[in-house]
Amino acid sequence: MNTEIAGIAFTYFLTVILAIPLGKYIAKVYAGEKTFLDSVLGPVENLFFRWSGIAYKQEMNWKQHLQALLTINVWWFGWAMFVLMNQGWLPWNPDQNPSMSPDLAFNTAISFLVNCNLQHYSGETGMSYLGQIACLMFLQFVTAGTGMAACAVVFNAMKARTTDKLGNFYNYFVKSCTRILLPLSFVLAIILLWEGTPMNVAGKASITTLQGDTVQVSRGPVAAMVAIKQLGTNGGGFFGVNSAHPLENPSYLSNILECASIVLIPIAMIFALGYYLQRKRLAYIVFGVMTVGFLLFVVPSVYLEMQGNPALTQMGIEQNLGSMEGKETRFGAASSAFWAVATTVTSNGSVNAMHDSLTPLTGMFALLGMMINALYGGVGVGFLNFYVFMIIAVFIAGLMVGRTPEFLGKKIEAREMKIASIIALLHPLLILAGTALASFVYVGHPDLPWLNNPSFHGFSEMLYEYTSSAANNGSGFEGLGDNTPFWNISTGIVLILSRYLPIIGPIAIAGILANKKFVPESAGTLKTDTATFGLMVFAVIFIVAALAFFPALTLGPLAEYFTHK
Amino acid sequence: MKTHLLPALKLTALCFMLFVVVYPLSILGIAQLMPNQGNIAFVESQGKMVGVAHIGQRFDQDRYFNGRSSAVDYNAAASGGSNKGTSNPAYLAQVQARIDTFLVHNPAVQRHEIPAELVTASGSGLDPDLSVAAALVQVKRIAHVRKIPVALLEALVQQHVQEPLWGLFGPRHINVLALNIALDKLSTKTLQ
Repeated sequence: MNTEIAGIAFTYFLTVILAIPLGKYIAKVYAGEKTFLDSVLGPVENLFFRWSGIAYKQEMNWKQHLQALLTINVWWFGWAMFVLMNQGWLPWNPDQNPSMSPDLAFNTAISFLVNCNLQHYSGETGMSYLGQIACLMFLQFVTAGTGMAACAVVFNAMKARTTDKLGNFYNYFVKSCTRILLPLSFVLAIILLWEGTPMNVAGKASITTLQGDTVQVSRGPVAAMVAIKQLGTNGGGFFGVNSAHPLENPSYLSNILECASIVLIPIAMIFALGYYLQRKRLAYIVFGVMTVGFLLFVVPSVYLEMQGNPALTQMGIEQNLGSMEGKETRFGAASSAFWAVATTVTSNGSVNAMHDSLTPLTGMFALLGMMINALYGGVGVGFLNFYVFMIIAVFIAGLMVGRTPEFLGKKIEAREMKIASIIALLHPLLILAGTALASFVYVGHPDLPWLNNPSFHGFSEMLYEYTSSAANNGSGFEGLGDNTPFWNISTGIVLILSRYLPIIGPIAIAGILANKKFVPESAGTLKTDTATFGLMVFAVIFIVAALAFFPALTLGPLAEYFTHK
Repeated sequence: MKTHLLPALKLTALCFMLFVVVYPLSILGIAQLMPNQGNIAFVESQGKMVGVAHIGQRFDQDRYFNGRSSAVDYNAAASGGSNKGTSNPAYLAQVQARIDTFLVHNPAVQRHEIPAELVTASGSGLDPDLSVAAALVQVKRIAHVRKIPVALLEALVQQHVQEPLWGLFGPRHINVLALNIALDKLSTKTLQ
């Protein structure tokens, strides 16, 4: 078998094999059962709660959960703005990089706060080490923890009982960080160090090359940050080119592990759902639907990238290794395409190849992954998005067979459906309205230095930027000249809306449902753990999420593909 | 909201201690036990420091194996790709120009023998590697410039091929800096 194909097959199987025990472990953590890290981390967490004055055993209703979540996020935003706008004079800035302008700081603070990590700066020249570690890496931990805590609340609400008590937000949040993200990051960071990723505090090194050029080489505390950015579906890299950088991702082994880390926790959360609710069949159906969608994107993407660029074939050169523009030799075309899909179906957004230079249809699959945003999805929030689609599917299926729609023993009524519909439609609204606005501005001022590519591909660059923002993804068609007040502010607003509303919505639905009377399953109940229901969810996802974007995709990647000679 | 303000702030400060102080310091400590003590891996040749193992450097002289094109001219303090779309006419013209330049420098090579990776820019602009085909296609030129037999150079290239991980996963590739250092050594040997 081709070693490049074997490499990505191995990466995927490794991920699933690791995700099963991890899912079991996560379920235990959220259920408050004993785990092997209790003796080390238990005392630390208790100390945290005592010193903060938090009664972590006191259960909250869904509104209190949201209050806690939003309050702590406000503090983090303040801290991020302060560091980013002052890093120029703050300590630990050996390369003397400047403070950020207010609009860039706003965009960066928001984008790391919402777990997106859209980067309108370049790490080597735009961040101090203090900013990287104390601001960005800090947010990479806690915002991933926030998403997972929100997911844990929904898990709790899905239990077969009637209550408004849904656990304690701080408890879920702290444990997501200390029990899941921290140990995994620790292990990954150490392996990366071994593979050659640096972790030091000195500024740039100066070297003279074999040909006699003098070159400055950026380095820094990279390993610690790369580990959490991969695991927490953050994606904000230390260097400008993210995991394409040879120090951030030095070898094929590091590439396998970093790529597996992108989808590891999102998949493990699905298995955790099965163990937590003791509804393994439901988890398998969810996993199955997500995996079918994922493979539908991966297979053609890998094929197309390995085929190469038809325009280069026409020039009469040899293209055995596939389309290599924007890709690294040590990874090859197959694993770059695989990563491109993995990072966009989850809301990770780290890259190991430049997405702007992907062949048109692979670029479209990357876009579609973000437009659906629920195939594995971000840590925690991926499942929240999927939950919304399940609610809609239950409702539509109920209407089709003429029964009251019920989901896990709870009646779904008008209020929940309204919330679910708003959340499902918000995503296309933000993306399409944003792109329309940008296109309108650009048509009026074609001299703006925004687009790095003409024609359809230029349109795709703008579409990609808003899609990436709304999906809280953070990857980009990086040719776009996006460090301008227009892009910083408009994507910043999209980021805020598309993070918090899709968290508030599902928690509200789950909270309302949890409070309803539990109706035991009967012969008349629509079964949600069957392949038929899985197909139903898949259809809903495709109709609601994918088809809404079809006209936009036609103007961008599809038009580019069909005119590509 | 008000009831959460103070606990949330305190919890933030404590999380800060754990994730911004304890975690990175532990990784920094462990890094000291690693092969490069957490630093980048400098490469020496004949007593002189000539580069960093993982970072590609510019090789554009005919006497060396040339690396891939770089959108940032191998500036290791500002990595970057070209971000050109595959159908962009300006980009295609650029690739065409690279092919023409290559043919001028390598008159013994046919157009259809040029591997695309040699005339396209890498993702990071710092790609330290070449594919095997991209190294072999330059052998005739270097043999001519350095007056070394072609067979000897081909053997040198084959010696430097890094096989897939565990022989199973990923592409074969060659570190350009290591290859060129070995090339310089070979030159001095054949001259003696």
